Amino acid sequence: MPRVGLFVPCYVDQLYPQVAMATLELLERYGCEVEFPPAQTCCGQPMANTGCTDDAKPLAEKFLSIFKDYEYVVCPSGSCTAMVTHHYEELLHGNADYEALRKKTFELCEFLVDVLKIEKVEGSFPYKVGLHNSCHGLRELRLGSGSERMVPAFNKAGQLLSGLEGIELVSLKRPDECCGFGGTFAVAEEAVSCMMGLDRIHDHEQAGAEVMTAGDMSCLMHMYGLIHRQKKPIQVMHVAEILAGRQPS
Amino acid sequence: MSSTATAHHEHPENATLFVANDSRAHWHDQSLWFVRSKRDKAAATLPEWEELRVRASQIKQHTMSRLADHLEEFERNATKLGAVVHWARTPAEHNEIVLSIIQKHAGKKIVKSKSMLTEECHLNPYLERHGIEVTDTDLGEWIVQLLGQPPSHIVMPAIHIKREEIGELFHKHIGTDKGATDPPYLVNAARGELRRKFLEADIGITGVNFAIAGTGGFVVCTNEGNADLGVSLPKIHIACMGIEKLIPRAADLGVFLRLLARSATGQPITTYSSHFHGPREGGELHIILVDDGRSDILGSPEFRRSLNCIRCGACMNTCPVYRRSGGHSYETTVPGPIGSILAPSRDAKTHKSLPFACSLCGSCSDVCPVKIDLHTQLLTWRREIAVRGLLPWSKRFSMKLGRVVLGNTWLFTTAGRVGRWVFPLLPRFLVYNRLNPWGKQRELPPMPKQSFRELYRQRKRP
Ligand code: SF4
Repeated sequence: MPRVGLFVPCYVDQLYPQVAMATLELLERYGCEVEFPPAQTCCGQPMANTGCTDDAKPLAEKFLSIFKDYEYVVCPSGSCTAMVTHHYEELLHGNADYEALRKKTFELCEFLVDVLKIEKVEGSFPYKVGLHNSCHGLRELRLGSGSERMVPAFNKAGQLLSGLEGIELVSLKRPDECCGFGGTFAVAEEAVSCMMGLDRIHDHEQAGAEVMTAGDMSCLMHMYGLIHRQKKPIQVMHVAEILAGRQPS
Repeated sequence: MSSTATAHHEHPENATLFVANDSRAHWHDQSLWFVRSKRDKAAATLPEWEELRVRASQIKQHTMSRLADHLEEFERNATKLGAVVHWARTPAEHNEIVLSIIQKHAGKKIVKSKSMLTEECHLNPYLERHGIEVTDTDLGEWIVQLLGQPPSHIVMPAIHIKREEIGELFHKHIGTDKGATDPPYLVNAARGELRRKFLEADIGITGVNFAIAGTGGFVVCTNEGNADLGVSLPKIHIACMGIEKLIPRAADLGVFLRLLARSATGQPITTYSSHFHGPREGGELHIILVDDGRSDILGSPEFRRSLNCIRCGACMNTCPVYRRSGGHSYETTVPGPIGSILAPSRDAKTHKSLPFACSLCGSCSDVCPVKIDLHTQLLTWRREIAVRGLLPWSKRFSMKLGRVVLGNTWLFTTAGRVGRWVFPLLPRFLVYNRLNPWGKQRELPPMPKQSFRELYRQRKRP
């Protein structure tokens, strides 16, 4: 039985508890022994992405001490996972515990597909769904092939979702353009950020999506904000919620 | 920047203005996305595309690792072919060299094919101040020259101008019919005018796409053949190049020519790839090698790879921010992702907002034909800007505060609990106001009663 430390992004813990709960249930469904270490807070990505490496370092050290003894660390966010697997290097390089942590930390869909070798998720979701490919999951973790690279096509979240009964994954005009969240970018470049978000939403709407989903709740938080201000009918749900059997409200 | 010095603005300010014209911003976004899509189709026709990128990146990295040797080899071979090689450390030196060559030949009229380097050196205004007429002969560049603007893109300098505006401009300057917007008609009119300029010119200036150390020759890529015309009619040819334009051998050229046009416009190859090996009979060929900060970049391990750039423009076409803020919003000669790395290398204080004009989506790094890790370098620049104390106080402070709160589990959970409890009770005007850029166009997320950690604790103790 894989022993998993559940890494929940700070804003998911506080604002989207249902996403973390769905992740927990999903991992348990596939036989993992899951523990949420309560000392965890934030991986430090906001600081690192603003250039404040000194402020990110203590958070990286704290993270390492909390998670280093688990067999696996799993997180329902490509962006926060990439922070640990790709960007802690700069903060913790040379640390042997970190080397081990890096190899056993996985984004949720990646863990389900690559480690647990899940081929088909049981359940049904009879809706038209637009899959938003969050950038860090796509281009740093390579959870999908990406439209820029000339490699055989694959998509880990898409593969899991398409196994659900009744689901229809719609095709987008721009399959993997950024939604414009980008952390502090959402505020520092407010105008461009919102235009990017609205363009993404529009692409999903024209494709007929009833639900937009993504592996990162931060992208969805940004687009939810725009959707609700404009009172659009389209809903947002995290991939974990759909895979765990939740239905749109 | 344009020839006339104007006040500097931070990127978000310029971008906000650009986005405010919604239909124009969308038109700009779609025009460039169209080019990006053409690039995808062209790249997909080569099964070895990813291998080519690796090869190109390796060749460039090798070249940069012994650039001084390759430059000297190039100088030796070019000289053997009869060219005169000049070295310029700064834009000022470059401009003086160009002027001295022109004056030696009592030149008055210059035709110039596309060269971002001469833009970087602000050569046009310099020569004009010395009474010399310069005509940019690339159609797009000629259009922005007539408008008195700098290019907004390195491959398509006038991509931000609509067809109707070009019709208007040509009507004013070269007397085309009022209201005419038919591209063949306008292009023909421009061609007639430019032909006259070519015939009158004393000297032709070109850029350089690739200089070959092993042969001393170089290659200029154009779609309009204007580089060839510009140096076939006048007897004097001045070629201006940054020192990073070098490749070691003629055999390497194929790798880059296959990548360049496909990445830039989705064409299999540029219409003209003109090779120059020494001066034409009875003529003179001058090659000016310009540093302008490049050797400083070469000396910094984090940013060295930005010198691999072959100026294809693909990172601009794919950049969701560039497409929605326009080239001029960067206020640099080279805009977009690569420009946001190169500009702070010259002047970090002025260009400190550029590495933040990026959502870190990483698309640029994946389209770049020479595999520059663009988004990682942008992130590194953010750190550099923080280290140099150039971050605005608000950012600095919120990150310090974040470190304290997020570094302490109790503070974090308490702040979260208070926030989730207080926010829904606040009147709208306190949450959605000028001080909250998030809320200008976006609602805040719904605030759940309990956090996950609270639910988890209860779940564990049934
Ligand atoms: S950085 Fe890469 S993609 Fe951008 S212009 Fe240079 S070569 Fe092209």
